[in-house]
Amino acid sequence: MTARTLAVVSAGLSQPSSTRLLADKLATATVARLADEGVTTTVVTYELRDYAQDIMNNMLTGFANPRLEEMIEAVTAADGLIAVTPIFTTSYSGLFKTFFDVIDNRSLTDQPVLIGATAGTPRHSLALDYALRPMFTYLHAVVVPTAVFAASEDWGTGDGGRVDSRVQTLPARIERAAGELAALVARSDRSSRVRDPFELPAGFDPAGMFPPR
Amino acid sequence: MQFGIFTVGDLTTDPTTGQTPTEHARIKAMLTIAQKVEEVGLDVFATGEHHNPPFVPSSPTTMLGYIAAKTERIILSTATTLITTSDPVKIAEDFAMLQHVADGRVDLTLGRGNTGPVYPWFGQDIRQGIPLALENYALLRRLWREDFVDWEGQFRTPLQGFQSTPRPLDGVPPFVWHGSIRSPEIAEQAAYYGDGFFSNHIFWPASHTAKMVKYYRNRFEHYGHGTAAQAMVGLGGQVFMRKNSQDAKRDFRPYFDNAPVYGNGPSMEEFTSQTPLTVGSPQEVIDRTLGFRDYVGDYQRQLWLMDHAGLPLKTVLEQLDLLGEEVVPVLRKEFAKNRPADVPDGPTHESLVLAAAQAPVAAASVGRDDLDTSAAIAPHRRATGAAFGLAGAGTNGA
Repeated sequence: MTARTLAVVSAGLSQPSSTRLLADKLATATVARLADEGVTTTVVTYELRDYAQDIMNNMLTGFANPRLEEMIEAVTAADGLIAVTPIFTTSYSGLFKTFFDVIDNRSLTDQPVLIGATAGTPRHSLALDYALRPMFTYLHAVVVPTAVFAASEDWGTGDGGRVDSRVQTLPARIERAAGELAALVARSDRSSRVRDPFELPAGFDPAGMFPPR
Repeated sequence: MQFGIFTVGDLTTDPTTGQTPTEHARIKAMLTIAQKVEEVGLDVFATGEHHNPPFVPSSPTTMLGYIAAKTERIILSTATTLITTSDPVKIAEDFAMLQHVADGRVDLTLGRGNTGPVYPWFGQDIRQGIPLALENYALLRRLWREDFVDWEGQFRTPLQGFQSTPRPLDGVPPFVWHGSIRSPEIAEQAAYYGDGFFSNHIFWPASHTAKMVKYYRNRFEHYGHGTAAQAMVGLGGQVFMRKNSQDAKRDFRPYFDNAPVYGNGPSMEEFTSQTPLTVGSPQEVIDRTLGFRDYVGDYQRQLWLMDHAGLPLKTVLEQLDLLGEEVVPVLRKEFAKNRPADVPDGPTHESLVLAAAQAPVAAASVGRDDLDTSAAIAPHRRATGAAFGLAGAGTNGA
């Protein structure tokens, strides 16, 4: 049986948190899609609030303490990442951004990522596409086309209560996004790769020869 | 094994008094500290190089030249010399001159510098930091080892028939350490040439330093300079001592909490548990420092950062007294125990002269043969076009 790992990062602050709820729903749906393809998935979920001090200390000192280092290692080595943030002041939360600021900016290269966000009203939904998506694109992650936004009202809307029949319900959007992520995770060999922190760039010459020999 | 201190030369307000020294007072304090290093029986004084406030040491060889005249025994070094933004020709000249002035008591640690604007101020690009460090050092080595140098590279204006003067003392260039915290490229460079590797692990976890040093040692052996255990390793460290551990913590805490590098971040207790910073009694410093050997192996040089974060001169001198009287004598004895006979001591001019005399062929090419003779290098070099020459001329005028 094929095995994959899926990391979930939630920047929700309250307990219980709708951000975490969305993250869990996205993870559950992704795991189910992978199971359909015969893939067993290990999910590791992190609430950034639990690491808030460590993340800020890393920002100030330049290195991750052992606890945060272990978490970063698990997130960046996963076959897929689900990253969900509340929308604060028209963008991702500061804690969410700070986490992605302190990790090595090459460490998410090629990683399949599903982005999600929550807010009080649907009017913030574009933040996913003007804030989160460009950030992950900068990091050379592979962001799936469907991003999932959950406004407060989405949690009380089923198929029957749809205001506009042209808009997919939250469960339908989750299913669609999970399918997109699962397809990429199933193909990933990221978690089984041996990573060499001392790997030198291709063509590296310690004598700095120019032009290269 | 060599023990000493290094200074970054920061001009920082003392958080306990609100007083900020003048540049003049700080520079004079650094000179006093250097002389104290000799007085208390340590081996090395190293100064940083910076080109922006709040740091004062922009001209290391000027400062070290004065200290050379005021001391008789200690090695004068740097932490670090900016190999990226300084012209390697000027580095070759300055340090060869200092060698003569100081009768050989000179070595240097090369670093890239991490202050973004310094690169453009000196006509360089921080994104080229590693290529600059590699190429500039390749030229520096040749300037010290070959009487006449023909050179063309990517960054500096070409040289035809250039001779760097004065020639190194006794024909032996100063020993070079390569300093890096996190770049394997620099550890590789140090290993390639058989030079020293200096890991300033004061702000980084021990596990990280252990991996970097191990990598350097393995590559040193790979390039045929000796066994991994014979590679030349230097470590940074940072300590604050009082006779009584609790007094040390009480007295250092305001400096820790307000220090430019880690202030307002983790608590002093967290930071000391995660990095080599030790705040406590001399015995605690001894125990912690001896522990470094457990993860980097027997090494050659231990330097401590002593005079930063606004600590007043009087306190720094007290720290040096404690180091000289209570800490270093014990460390010398303990580090000597079980140290394999074939692990070299810290490099000195005398040891390099001796090595050159005993093994003239090997000494003439401390790196690889194909690097150290212009005849071997010439075929690899092609004209790189006028654009590079012009860029080099423009950037190295300073």
